[in-house]
Amino acid sequence: MYKKEELLAGVIARLIGEARHVAIGAASPIPASGAFLLKSEKPSLRVSLHQRRRANPFTEGSRELFDLAGQGRIDVFFLGGAQIDGEANINLVRAEGRRFPGSFGSAFMYSVIPRTILFREEHSRRALVPRVEFVSARGDPAALLTGKALFSWQKEARRFRLESVHAGHTVEEIRADTGFVFDSPAGVSTTPAPSARELALLRGRVAKEIAADFPEFAARVWGLAASA
Amino acid sequence: MEVVRALIRRKARNLRLLGVPVLGLSADLLIGAGCVAEVETSAVSLGEAGLAPRFTEAAQKGEIKIRDATCPAIHTALQASEKGVPFMPLRGVLGSDLVSERGDWKVLQNPFAGSEDPILYVPAIAPDVALFHARWADEAGNVWIGRRRELASLAHAAKRTFVTFEELRAGDMLEDELLAPGVVSAVYVEAAAPARRGAWPLGVAQVYGIDDAHLARYAREAKTREGFLRYLDEFVCTRKKSSLPA
Repeated sequence: MYKKEELLAGVIARLIGEARHVAIGAASPIPASGAFLLKSEKPSLRVSLHQRRRANPFTEGSRELFDLAGQGRIDVFFLGGAQIDGEANINLVRAEGRRFPGSFGSAFMYSVIPRTILFREEHSRRALVPRVEFVSARGDPAALLTGKALFSWQKEARRFRLESVHAGHTVEEIRADTGFVFDSPAGVSTTPAPSARELALLRGRVAKEIAADFPEFAARVWGLAASA
Repeated sequence: MEVVRALIRRKARNLRLLGVPVLGLSADLLIGAGCVAEVETSAVSLGEAGLAPRFTEAAQKGEIKIRDATCPAIHTALQASEKGVPFMPLRGVLGSDLVSERGDWKVLQNPFAGSEDPILYVPAIAPDVALFHARWADEAGNVWIGRRRELASLAHAAKRTFVTFEELRAGDMLEDELLAPGVVSAVYVEAAAPARRGAWPLGVAQVYGIDDAHLARYAREAKTREGFLRYLDEFVCTRKKSSLPA
């Protein structure tokens, strides 16, 4: 048995793949878990956690992440959105009269990072919409991962393609819960479950690493208290 | 945070806040207490504790003006002020609705390119006041910010800088080669005042950590106006209350 967060971290580790340097922005415990999972198997991977409280990788203040990205020194970054649309635009500002925190660095990062992975745990017509109300950032993502499925991005056609559906969900359900049109090949596979080895790493080293910066998350998922 | 609480107690009004590059608890407290007219920021959030509830409500009710930005645009605009130039270019951002919403940002042709190459220009930002908390100040009027270099950019760009600090160090930190790279020199600092645990419930690296439980409590209580006022009463206005005659 595994938790959904562990499945998603496993998928993220695979999506990061051959990258040399992955950076993680604010409030992204699942992408951070995936990155540290991959790093525990591939120590040469550099993982830069923007908001790391201890041993933060940046010494030039909060602009350094963006300067590094602008120079092409970061291969993979994660972005989310209160809304994500079928053209891969993301909205972090406002929708349906509701105000969200704001665009953060997304407007910049989406266009300068070679591989942006869109991640939104909620997979609903509220989150995945035909057209965002406000474009915080526009770009060409490497993938869109949700709590129910994984999509790839077809740059030429500017459309998502359903790659796999997580265990417990069906293509019909994905279609019903997705507000935008996407391509769906015949025989979509099930997203691979995390292996026993990945689960052991996640629950051991990764959980400990994550607890320092995402204490609530680590407590909820792995029952781990942050070390003081 | 100590100055934020003091601003609320003395009923500051019509403040315009700049997030460098984002705003958090300080802004939420000031907005909830009615001190703020406008924010310019890349985001307002309580980090892992979630949405900033007073900002969210004020924004949804249209009670404050919001100038949405993106992190590197704010850094770049401050860097322009540091250098004394009127604007600086920034890659990316094109295609974002931020560009059309921000009347003060311009997309122009890169003057050095031979072919079409539009690029964003942002005007310099020179805040009236920079306010932050530091670990140390010294007898020479320097303050130590360590690796938090965005505070140095902010102090360089601002017209006046006020600092609260944890501890006063004897002597001059510029004489210490290990400390000097983390110093904002007295050139930029208008005044500094001691405030032990002055960042609480936020943290100071290697002195005290973020009080996550308190932030979570704030996020919960400030969801309603009534809960927020109770929070102010308990954690912000206590000094004033205790100094009032019974």
